[in-house]
Amino acid sequence: MATLDIEGLRKSFGVTEVLRQIDLSLIDGEMLVIVGASGCGKSTLLRLVAGLEQPTAGRIVIGGRDVTAFDPSERDIAMVFQNYALYPHMSVFDNMAYGLRIRGLSRGEIARKVEQAAAMLGLDDLLARKPRQLSGGQRQRVAMGRAIVRDPKLFLFDEPLSNLDAKLRVQMRAEIRKLQRRLGVTSLYVTHDQVEAMTLGDRLLILHEGRPAQLATPMEVFEHPADTYVAGFVGSPTMNFLQGRLVQDGTAVALDAGPLVQLQGRRAGDAVMLGIRPEHLTPDAQGLMLAVDLIEPLGSETLVHGRVTGASGETITVKIAGAVAPVETLTVHLQADHAHIFDARTGKRIDPTG
Amino acid sequence: MDRRTVFNGRLLPVVLLLPQLLLTLFFFYWPAGEAVWSSLTTQDAFGQGWVFVGLDNFQDLFSDPLYLDSIVRTVFFCLTVSVVAISLALALAVFADRQIAGRGVYRTLLIWPYAIAPAMSAVLFLFVLNPRVGLLGRWLNRHGVAWDYTLNGSQAMLMVVSASAWKQVSYDFIFFLAGLQSIPRAVIEAARMDGAKGWRRFRTITFPLLSPTTFFLLVVNVVYAAFDTFGTIYALTQGGPGKDTETLVIKVFRDGVINQDIGSSSAQSVVLMLGVILITAVQFRFMGRRTLS
Repeated sequence: MATLDIEGLRKSFGVTEVLRQIDLSLIDGEMLVIVGASGCGKSTLLRLVAGLEQPTAGRIVIGGRDVTAFDPSERDIAMVFQNYALYPHMSVFDNMAYGLRIRGLSRGEIARKVEQAAAMLGLDDLLARKPRQLSGGQRQRVAMGRAIVRDPKLFLFDEPLSNLDAKLRVQMRAEIRKLQRRLGVTSLYVTHDQVEAMTLGDRLLILHEGRPAQLATPMEVFEHPADTYVAGFVGSPTMNFLQGRLVQDGTAVALDAGPLVQLQGRRAGDAVMLGIRPEHLTPDAQGLMLAVDLIEPLGSETLVHGRVTGASGETITVKIAGAVAPVETLTVHLQADHAHIFDARTGKRIDPTG
Repeated sequence: MDRRTVFNGRLLPVVLLLPQLLLTLFFFYWPAGEAVWSSLTTQDAFGQGWVFVGLDNFQDLFSDPLYLDSIVRTVFFCLTVSVVAISLALALAVFADRQIAGRGVYRTLLIWPYAIAPAMSAVLFLFVLNPRVGLLGRWLNRHGVAWDYTLNGSQAMLMVVSASAWKQVSYDFIFFLAGLQSIPRAVIEAARMDGAKGWRRFRTITFPLLSPTTFFLLVVNVVYAAFDTFGTIYALTQGGPGKDTETLVIKVFRDGVINQDIGSSSAQSVVLMLGVILITAVQFRFMGRRTLS
């Protein structure tokens, strides 16, 4: 258990800059989820912390000790790999005991620790088996067991659930969270799955092209996305964006599509993007006119996909509770207090002034 | 899905198989059959006549201390060549698997000796180690080391083992390099995260994962050392001094071709043939079981 501080971390492969500038600190026992589209540098960040890659610049400090120049074997970190990376020639017991043997623990102590971890993960009956005799979910547990048995300073998870089927993934997700809370080990968790990110993390780091787009709690990221990238990445279905201009001294947005949306508070700026989540659009007599393309009933709710009528033609998704009868057009009202305003040029969030 | 090709009629498949069948027939079954027949006879040295003697030749062989010595010598030679070649090849492959500058050149150069004929590799060793013309051989003698493998049996064995192993290193190297590259990188990384370094990581992770390759190479190298080293040994020492480097294949040649004892020589070939069949059967059994599991 330890704190983790990353200062000015950069990584380039040749001329390609993968990580441009990462600064963050984790308090003891915190779980940070690193999320982003593929190629955003999230796995590279994890491998840098692990020591499997060397940074181009910057420092990594674990528990107050600068480990930037250390070999992975000297960092006292445990990692759960995407494909589990179990030792195929060793039994489950030996897989979990390997790290302890290297640390020179006594035979009895090793057996006690492995059995304790196995009991925690429900692996008691599988200790004598080889990895190839296990199912995907069981291998995943062994990989977890190998990490927790060592009682490391830091856990690293590299998309550990992406090879499991949907049902098992939900189950393991909850288990990982419970285990991490119970053991209180500082953790970094990389995923591209936003549901995993929202449910697992104390905080989220959203990476976009090697830069941190936002570092905040899941709810803060959801309610106050820092820019249009984050706003579009978090939430399902994704947020709708409408082009417009700030008018009336910054207290309203005149949408290119027509309607004027009154805002709470005054904002400074000019050309803007108005972001609104599908659940904050409600069918109404007046508002935004949509030409409906597709209606998707999901049971408890229905998704309506359409385009704004007129020149601007932005695609819009509306989430409506219950069933919806087939229609050609739909008029929706924007719940203005749920609208997010972003600068049209930079994509940055514009908060009310004063 | 059934992927077998179905031929209509009998003629086409037979015609397609014929070249291989004829080669096998003329270059294996015929001589092998001749050898088995000759091993049951005694012939006079001038080829004037023969007598059927049953298993007498085999009985003579296994009561001949010279032949038993040759078996022991051959086993020693095979194991030494295999262990030396495999160890060197493994060490080289581990280094070649790392991210080093000029890796491509290094790998290519290591493969070259495989393309050299056995007798040529022997000549190369002569240039280096011959006590009268070899660079190293002359240097040793000038500095008070009595190096002459034509007189000293142990030195002769060292020579033929070195030359034979040297030629086999390339072959083993290719297999080990491929084996190393098929070990998932994440497994090695997991071991690093677990705290395993250098030699320990190699001993507990890399080497066990290479064991199918190592076993395969052990069998191949033993077969190579037992049967394919005739050229190397004959060019270097002709089995001498005395009989100190006379392996079973050299003895077959000496007894049959030089001493014209066709019966005994044939019996020795038959014993060798049974040896190959046995080793191959063991290998097939073992490898087959491995791929099943």
